[in-house]
Amino acid sequence: MRRTWAPGRWLIILPPLLFLLIFFLIPFAFAFKISFAETSPSVPPFTNVISFTPDHHLRLAATLGNYRYLLTDEVYGVAYLYSLRTAFFSTLICLLLGYPMAYAIARAPKSTQGLLLLIIMLPFWTSFLLRVYALEGIIRDTGFLNTVLLHLGLIREPLHIMRTSLALYLGIIYSYLPFMVLPLFATLEKLDPTLLEAAADLGSPPWRAFLDITVPLSIPGVIAGSMLVFIPAVGEFVIPSLLGGPNQLMIGRVLWDEFFGNHDWPVASAVAIAFLLLLVGPIAIYQYYNVRQLEA
Amino acid sequence: MERRSSLALLAVLFIGIALLYVPILVLIAYSFNASPLVNVWGGFSIAWYGQLLHNRQLLEAALLSVEVAFAASSGAILLGTLAAIALVRFARFRGRLLLTGMVNAPLVMPEIITGITQLLLFVSMVQLLGWPHRGFTTIVLSHITFCTAYVTITVQSRLQAADRSLEEAAQDLGATPARAFIEITLPIIAPAIISSWLLCFTLSLDDLVISSFVAGPGASTLPMVIYSKVKLGVSPDINALASLIVCAVGLCIIAARGLMIRGERRRTLAAPVA
Repeated sequence: MRRTWAPGRWLIILPPLLFLLIFFLIPFAFAFKISFAETSPSVPPFTNVISFTPDHHLRLAATLGNYRYLLTDEVYGVAYLYSLRTAFFSTLICLLLGYPMAYAIARAPKSTQGLLLLIIMLPFWTSFLLRVYALEGIIRDTGFLNTVLLHLGLIREPLHIMRTSLALYLGIIYSYLPFMVLPLFATLEKLDPTLLEAAADLGSPPWRAFLDITVPLSIPGVIAGSMLVFIPAVGEFVIPSLLGGPNQLMIGRVLWDEFFGNHDWPVASAVAIAFLLLLVGPIAIYQYYNVRQLEA
Repeated sequence: MERRSSLALLAVLFIGIALLYVPILVLIAYSFNASPLVNVWGGFSIAWYGQLLHNRQLLEAALLSVEVAFAASSGAILLGTLAAIALVRFARFRGRLLLTGMVNAPLVMPEIITGITQLLLFVSMVQLLGWPHRGFTTIVLSHITFCTAYVTITVQSRLQAADRSLEEAAQDLGATPARAFIEITLPIIAPAIISSWLLCFTLSLDDLVISSFVAGPGASTLPMVIYSKVKLGVSPDINALASLIVCAVGLCIIAARGLMIRGERRRTLAAPVA
């Protein structure tokens, strides 16, 4: 009987568990607490929700005012819906573009596969901010696209893309496309080619085999990729801030302005908590498929 | 029919890759433009690169970012590797589900939420414990959090693929489990650890949103300085800086990828049966 790690186990488990508990999970509890506080001109700029009175009694001073404010001020509802809609359609376009890309890479010879993956991965890791900035250089009124089109005589007036919804869509698709391709590739690569051969032997045309075999088997990748695009895109800040206009109000930007512009920490916390509740479903779906894929 | 569909696939692949690369290439081209006007080509020049060296604010921010990235990625590979070992080697322990969740959630959590919640934690901690003051420490702590997730995922998949029988053989020959792990398995997962260090370094170097929340008024990282400049519009010296960063990060990624592939090859050579 081999010795196991039994006593030493917790030396391995505890450091990451405690660290993530303190710096990832517990912060949500604080945000939750502060979302019931009121602003005050102090440091930090909010009132104590839970405090002790001089005679050692616990005092709870919670207000639902911040949440009531979210419901009554139209900005928040509009921004939530606009963010969800923008993220949804961007995800759909990423999927339509990313699926054939992942499929083409999965079918490429093994020797070129590595190179193609590297080409997709490189922008995935490269500075997000700088890539959005680079895109701005393309779509500005005096940008590369307009310069080329004007030069070719295809347009007479520069196209106004900046500060429109189109700019936002382009930004999200451009920034998040690799997030879609990589998980899709991971599932498509694992697909057993003999299944397709069997379908062909039984007289199924390639498109039929694709629909009946490839698509259903790649669903975990579709879901993982879609969630990797959708969830961060809903909360996107850099793209609406640099490419969007005043009408492209996304929730990430509202949260940022509430915090840095209005210095209203309690309302910003309430926005974050409400936003998180909206995302719990998608995050749970992502976790479920991701864990299954990792352990497969 | 088969041929035509392959061509269509390759076309989409090509368009997608072009979409990903054209903006960056155009940006790099602009950075060598002598004219300060972005839409006029005024000849080849490296003047904007020279200007960067005289911008103290940028240099200081760059130094801070590199220090943060170094500390954060080093911390993250430690915690991430431990988490990966725990998840792969210990089938059942209290808190396993919690750990899995906390490792995966930062990958999708919108940065703006992570940023604000972590700031609120730090502020509350200062009230209760008097530590940590906002600046270098808080930025590093929050970067470690999201970097740990990436390390765990990378090392976890490598560890899962590692052949365990070698380690078991070492144990049968009298090595303690810890010793067997360090001498046999650690070299196998080392490329994954080093490459995730490089990836974390680039992630940390790039982060804008989380740093903006937790940095506090005193400290500015490079992305924060770039963002405040970019908000004012496209400028040629930022083009030069961006090109430098993109190239540096690109090299890091290629190195990381190379390490992973070499590690994979070594593993398959060591265990030809598998």
